[in-house]
Amino acid sequence: MSRARRKQAASAGAPGRVRKALATHWYAWTMVAPVVLVIGVIIGYPLVRGLYLSLTDANEANVERNIGMNHIPATYKFTGLDNYTAILGDGVFWGRLGWTVVWTVACVGLTFAIGLTLANLLNRKLRGRTFYRLALILPWAIPAFVSVFTWRLLYNEKNGLLNKLLAGGGIDAVPWLNDPTWAKLSVITVNVWLGVPFMLVALLGGLQSIPGELYEAAEMDGANAWQRFRNITLPGLRGVSSTVILLSTIWTFNMFPVIYLLTRGGPGDATEILVTYAYRLSFVDSPRDFAGSAAWGVLILLLLSMIAVVYRRSLRKQGEVW
Amino acid sequence: MRRGMVTTALVAGLAMAATACGGGGGGDQQSGGELSGTVTFWDTSNDAEKATYRKLAEAFEKEHPKVDVKYVSVPFGDANAKFKNAAGGGAGAPDVMRTEVAWVADFANLGYLAPLDDTPALDNPDDYLPQAFGSTKFKDKTYAVPQVIDTLGLFYNKRLLKEAGVEVPKTFAELTAAAKQIKDKTGATALYLRGDDPYWFMPYLYGEGGDMVDARDKVVTIDDDAGVKAFRTIKDLVDSKAAVTDATDGQENQLKALKDGNVAMAISGPWDIEGVRAGKEFKDRKNLGVAPVPGGSASQGSPQGGWNLSVYAGSKNLQASYAFVKYMSSAKVQQQTTEKLSLLPTRKSVYEIPSVKGNEMVGFFKPAVDKAVQRPWIAQGNSLFEPIKVQMNKVLTGAATPEQAAKAVGDSYRKLLKDYK
Repeated sequence: MSRARRKQAASAGAPGRVRKALATHWYAWTMVAPVVLVIGVIIGYPLVRGLYLSLTDANEANVERNIGMNHIPATYKFTGLDNYTAILGDGVFWGRLGWTVVWTVACVGLTFAIGLTLANLLNRKLRGRTFYRLALILPWAIPAFVSVFTWRLLYNEKNGLLNKLLAGGGIDAVPWLNDPTWAKLSVITVNVWLGVPFMLVALLGGLQSIPGELYEAAEMDGANAWQRFRNITLPGLRGVSSTVILLSTIWTFNMFPVIYLLTRGGPGDATEILVTYAYRLSFVDSPRDFAGSAAWGVLILLLLSMIAVVYRRSLRKQGEVW
Repeated sequence: MRRGMVTTALVAGLAMAATACGGGGGGDQQSGGELSGTVTFWDTSNDAEKATYRKLAEAFEKEHPKVDVKYVSVPFGDANAKFKNAAGGGAGAPDVMRTEVAWVADFANLGYLAPLDDTPALDNPDDYLPQAFGSTKFKDKTYAVPQVIDTLGLFYNKRLLKEAGVEVPKTFAELTAAAKQIKDKTGATALYLRGDDPYWFMPYLYGEGGDMVDARDKVVTIDDDAGVKAFRTIKDLVDSKAAVTDATDGQENQLKALKDGNVAMAISGPWDIEGVRAGKEFKDRKNLGVAPVPGGSASQGSPQGGWNLSVYAGSKNLQASYAFVKYMSSAKVQQQTTEKLSLLPTRKSVYEIPSVKGNEMVGFFKPAVDKAVQRPWIAQGNSLFEPIKVQMNKVLTGAATPEQAAKAVGDSYRKLLKDYK
């Protein structure tokens, strides 16, 4: 075969394959296209734009805008990694990161433990099971901000129901949201309260997918309740629980509404997690610091990605595949 | 920034949901010489005031039947952020907004406000009180018209002070000294100290002769001795049990404590007069007394506050918006807000009207306003409060010493105001 012919054959083969693939799967491509487009527009573009802004000194005053009669030109400039070095060199970031980790671990641990216990209780045949299930899932049905405001009324140190009840028992008023330690406990409590229903539902589903025969067989072999729980329930739930723990970690890490609406990060900055602090930095001051907030956002995204990767890897080591 | 950013939270969430799609509303201007179209008005007045403002705003439609006034009540704690989101995003901003005095320079600096010089909105400007008019200027242009002026005063329960046999304190030291007697004789705590809102920190700071920044010489002054002393004063008031405080819900808790007679005194402004008078302690309206805020070791002073009316630069209906602003700041409307809500007018001529002249609260607050301390009307003026809030919380909960707090606020100011020393 001469070189020319070989080349011709090669060039005829390559587009042919693509064209063939397109021709056979054109329907799939058209179906996928809108999704790709939408994801590109609503996730890809902001992400890239945010990354870019985090490398500039853009703020509310120097980005381009047209407000009716006023035209404001863009005057921000590229500053490289300045924003990142400023944030990482500031004690504030590390202090908030420490509390964010405590908050995430405490919330996820407690919601999982409580959710698992309740799911086990509800997985039995008992009278009024539907009622209990509904009652326990109810917090999930209420918009988060309504729940949080309700809790805030309960927590009010002077006029709240909790302190009224304590006073009835002769106990001094607790400064629920006015003392750094109590405030931390209070926000964790509310978040656990909000998070349990999700855990409950997910784990209940997982429990129901474990075949009853396994328990029967174990019982015949003389396994006690704890052994059955350890050797059948927990392994059977592993697929579900690894997913919900990861999801719950990501949600809790970024749980803006609970903290913002309950304490606004206060008292002082005691309950401020990374996202609420980023919000305070970027939206409370004027002009709003778009670049700084973008850099915080990127850092938070990096942290979460790291958590997810490490978590997945550790699961894979235990033989879990997902 | 006033009245607690945290305060109206419950209403805030609901109102935000309800009004998320408010605004917009174009309209053709002056077809046939007559104003027409929609004017969306964001009102930031509080629960006790908003019904009156709604009525006043909607009465504009009687004068201009073709104009549709869309009244939207926005809790003032959210109004700043909400307006910026809408204005910066180019959708949903109101045509006219009731703007806190410190917001005007900020919004104008960002290009969100229409200059009002030589428009019908700026009607008879010589009639405005000069200190009220001061907050409407930014870089030699006028971006708002004054609607209400106010300052803080000491609200006191006359009956409780009389039972305790105590005079109205003129300084915080006197207040601390009288606190035990008030507690022993009446069971009430002397003062409710707003620990959740940095605006309430100002009398303590001014009382020591300090200020947040010196805008003329571009120097941060809050971490001077005066700032440290101010933080110490609030800490001492709470530690000595002369005052009770909260880090959240201060507005509601203060109002309730005063209304129920749990505290003998509280520091607040004219906007709370109606709210306080609704309480059981003040069924006899004469039981409410108002005095100047107590002083510190150096002087006595409270911040000048108030509300202006501003027009969004991107309004599709500028002519009707100007006319609406003119109407809302007119002598007639100001007279009505004073008669109904005891708020202080910004027009000199209104103070000559007998019903205003005879108003007891105006009688007190007018001299106070004349002496009130003007805040730095700089673009970042409103941002100066948040660091104070964080640190006063910390001081009150013992998480920071007064020295640490003053230093921390100073540091964050220098970060915010890059050309300040």
